[in-house]
Amino acid sequence: MADPVDPTVPAWPEAADRKLIGQRIARLDGPAKASGNAKYTYDLKPQGMLWAKMLLCPHAHARIKTLDVAAAKAMPGVKAVFVIQKVGAEIQWALDEVAAVAATSEAQAADAVKAIKVEYEVLPHFVTEEKLAGAPKVDPGEEEKEGDADAALAAAAVRIKGSYSMPSVAHNCMEAHGQICHWTEPDHLTAWCSTQAVSGVASQFAEGLGIPAANVRVIADYVGGGFGSKFSVDRWGIVCAQLAKIAGAPVKLMLDRHAELTVAGDRPSAFAEIEVGAKKDGTLTAWVSKSWGSGGPGSAGDPPLPYVFQIPNRRHQHSAVPTHKASSRAWRAPNSPQGCYLSMSAIDDLAHALGMNPLDIVLQNLPLTGRLEKIYREELEVADQLMGWRQRWHPRGDAARGPVKRGLGLAIHTWGGRGHRSNCEVTIHPDATAEAKISTQDIGTGTRTVVAIVLADTLGLPLDAVQARIGDSRYPASGGSGGSTTVGGVSSATRRAALNALGQVFAKAAPALKAKPEELEAVEGKIRVKGAPERSMTWKQAMALFGRTPVTAAGANPGPGELTTSGVGGVQMADVAVDVETGVVKIQKMVAVQDCGLIVDLQTTESQVYGSLIMGISTALAEEKVTDPVTGITLNHDFETYRMAGIGDVGELVVRMMTGPGYDERGVIGVGEPPMVSPLAAIANAVANAAGVRVPWVPLTPRRVLDALAANTGKGVA
Amino acid sequence: MAKDGKEDDYPPGGGISRRDFLRGGAVAGALGSAGLLAGEIAEAARKNPAAAPDGMEVWGPGPVPVRLRVNNKAYDLKVEPRTTLLDVLREELELTGAKRVCDRGTCGACTVILDGKAVYACSQLAIDVQRQPIWTIESLGRPGRLHPLQAAFVEHDAQQCGFCTPGFVMAAKALLDQTPNPTLKDVHHGLSGNFCRCGTYAGMRLAVLAAAPLMGEEEEEEEEKDVKDGKDEKDLQGDGVEPEMGGRKKNKKRRRRKGHG
Repeated sequence: MADPVDPTVPAWPEAADRKLIGQRIARLDGPAKASGNAKYTYDLKPQGMLWAKMLLCPHAHARIKTLDVAAAKAMPGVKAVFVIQKVGAEIQWALDEVAAVAATSEAQAADAVKAIKVEYEVLPHFVTEEKLAGAPKVDPGEEEKEGDADAALAAAAVRIKGSYSMPSVAHNCMEAHGQICHWTEPDHLTAWCSTQAVSGVASQFAEGLGIPAANVRVIADYVGGGFGSKFSVDRWGIVCAQLAKIAGAPVKLMLDRHAELTVAGDRPSAFAEIEVGAKKDGTLTAWVSKSWGSGGPGSAGDPPLPYVFQIPNRRHQHSAVPTHKASSRAWRAPNSPQGCYLSMSAIDDLAHALGMNPLDIVLQNLPLTGRLEKIYREELEVADQLMGWRQRWHPRGDAARGPVKRGLGLAIHTWGGRGHRSNCEVTIHPDATAEAKISTQDIGTGTRTVVAIVLADTLGLPLDAVQARIGDSRYPASGGSGGSTTVGGVSSATRRAALNALGQVFAKAAPALKAKPEELEAVEGKIRVKGAPERSMTWKQAMALFGRTPVTAAGANPGPGELTTSGVGGVQMADVAVDVETGVVKIQKMVAVQDCGLIVDLQTTESQVYGSLIMGISTALAEEKVTDPVTGITLNHDFETYRMAGIGDVGELVVRMMTGPGYDERGVIGVGEPPMVSPLAAIANAVANAAGVRVPWVPLTPRRVLDALAANTGKGVA
Repeated sequence: MAKDGKEDDYPPGGGISRRDFLRGGAVAGALGSAGLLAGEIAEAARKNPAAAPDGMEVWGPGPVPVRLRVNNKAYDLKVEPRTTLLDVLREELELTGAKRVCDRGTCGACTVILDGKAVYACSQLAIDVQRQPIWTIESLGRPGRLHPLQAAFVEHDAQQCGFCTPGFVMAAKALLDQTPNPTLKDVHHGLSGNFCRCGTYAGMRLAVLAAAPLMGEEEEEEEEKDVKDGKDEKDLQGDGVEPEMGGRKKNKKRRRRKGHG
């Protein structure tokens, strides 16, 4: 952090001077959302709007033999038909887009799509990457090495070997991917998009359509979820614009749910064989891992193994397995839930082999976590108290009578989260209201609220005197909402812009208050002399010094002063009940203790952590994309069969944010990803602790729990 | 099934009766066309009147007259018989609070209150719900004048992206209408037909429990103001439309809400 006494270098206010920052403030767009007033892309209907539907290929791998759209063109209401992939094109995954139709009504568009005649030459496909041996193609990555892993493993007092698996899971945003495209002039496009990258998508439209980027305007007032899947304009975005061009009318194209669940994003699968060794006191000494996974036709990410603990002797090699499935997309904390689950499962199994409490093995190895050691130690202590870990933990296997067994599990995680590049323009009006303009987006994370809080607190104005204007590419450019980089970026840019505006006001007000500009402060709706609050003027009086012209200033991130940093720590503990007769796992309680530097809005920050726990529970217990090896189609492409956690499935949730000295001075750091990393690992470990046996696959469905129990006893249902 | 037992006479000059609808199904069966779309069934019956005995009227596949009663307003519309209530609300009436997410009766984002019950608007044909009062999220409150339940959702941050929120609010409204003092288990049960992907269940539990004692105080004034801009405004009293949400007895005291919005 910058030296706070240097007024030329921006810094965050000291704790005593924060009136809004760090408070629990309800999201400002909450009333619009809770009342149904908020208009999402899906809800908009510009004058004369047409609906588009796409013909999707039902085969995982095929070549288009014939394609005839003549009948579709003649259907009632049809205004445009666009061929996306021509005869001869090779299709690489099921539900890839082949052609599109725009018609007066959605039903007419759907009818017309059915009238398109297409023949495919079906080609062989591969969609089952679970067993590396069966893959027709494997792209092996380079081995990462440190020390002598094999010698250390051989010398370890205790070592375990395990295999752990996690399938791909879908983003499954509630608002499907899609957009409305409207050509306002022959080469000027306005697009309302369900996107998490307003600035970036505008340029992608321009590139895809061959028009100047300055002619594209992207608007996203409200976005029904993204989770990492909505950074791209996507082919359907360009197709929508092309249809609108042909039809000469605005066109809306939203994905149907089965397409959303099949092609619009998933997290790569991950499988690993791991050996880990330790001294008798639990100190980790050796790690050897081989992992693989698929993210569709290209390469998927490489999970960080070993996760968090930099074990001195280690080697790791990852292979990407190309499949005929749609490309994976960034899923909250890319690669980290995989790395955490695979690593923490193995370390938990090692603790069991050592007869150690997993909390002790984590504490014992915290020096291997580097600069986060102190944060983890503090968080583990808090989590221990909130869960009652020390009192309640028992060795693996619950000796209690009856079929329902209880167990505890834990995991720790980290993430970067430094604020992205962001620009903000602040305007202070003569009536002492202010607005901040940033081409960022609020995908449910609270971005709008955070910008307003920073602006109001910096200017010493009440929250209702400021507006955060976001979701429009005509505002100053800002990064996409990914990697927990948004809050740091927009908060820092807004803070700097507001301080720059304030600088102009102080310069004008100083002579009237008989003070130097640097002696002034903006507090409680007034401009006043620090230490002499009686020498003050109201904001309106200060603005009157500028006549009727508003004051405008810009700010950017990065910029002078360090308002955002990187690297957070978090700890999660799970308490589960496992019915060893039915295999049903129930979450009893989850505890999340999280750090993310200086918190701008405590309430929406906590909501990110609650949301991560719930999404994590859902992925741990139920979520899994199932692709049929015979047809290559995602079988569970609807909400009945792609199971997710409901309100009754998530147990008691306890969230504790770490704040105050040691945390706040690190500046604003994002929190959308970090708490998403640990839930799977913590729950899987808790199930092992309850059931008395490692269930080496997630999600932890009854069948898998029973299989693991049966494998352990050598009898049963497997 | 309609309570008055006069379904075949209703609505005058519009819609399709339940009996005709069932006959349509029988005709489809007789034609051996179980896989046909509703529009195609009607078309087949139209082409072959002999297969539609007993003077059966055929509706569709083109637009047919439909009268809906939504948020205490009457709407006379012409829509294709295959059109869902959700699509009529969103596309014809521009009531976009109910969202289309799964479009097959699983996620609850399109929840509205029909005859006092929370239903999935995506799973009701508009022609099938002509006699029941329909209440949508727009009937509750709006920014600045939120219903206590909506205000509780805001206060407890029972929403993130907000796309599922109107559906949850309506499911919670139906729950509280039926169960004014719910337990946590009741809340779980009442909202178990809805999904939230952002993971806002923790806030929802608090919001619904906090709103329960504040319900029933807010609705009269709102409704009277709202019976204005329907496309076809009518005096609905004679039609026996229930003036209150969800069939719940209203608190007669008119009290202005405090501390919301």
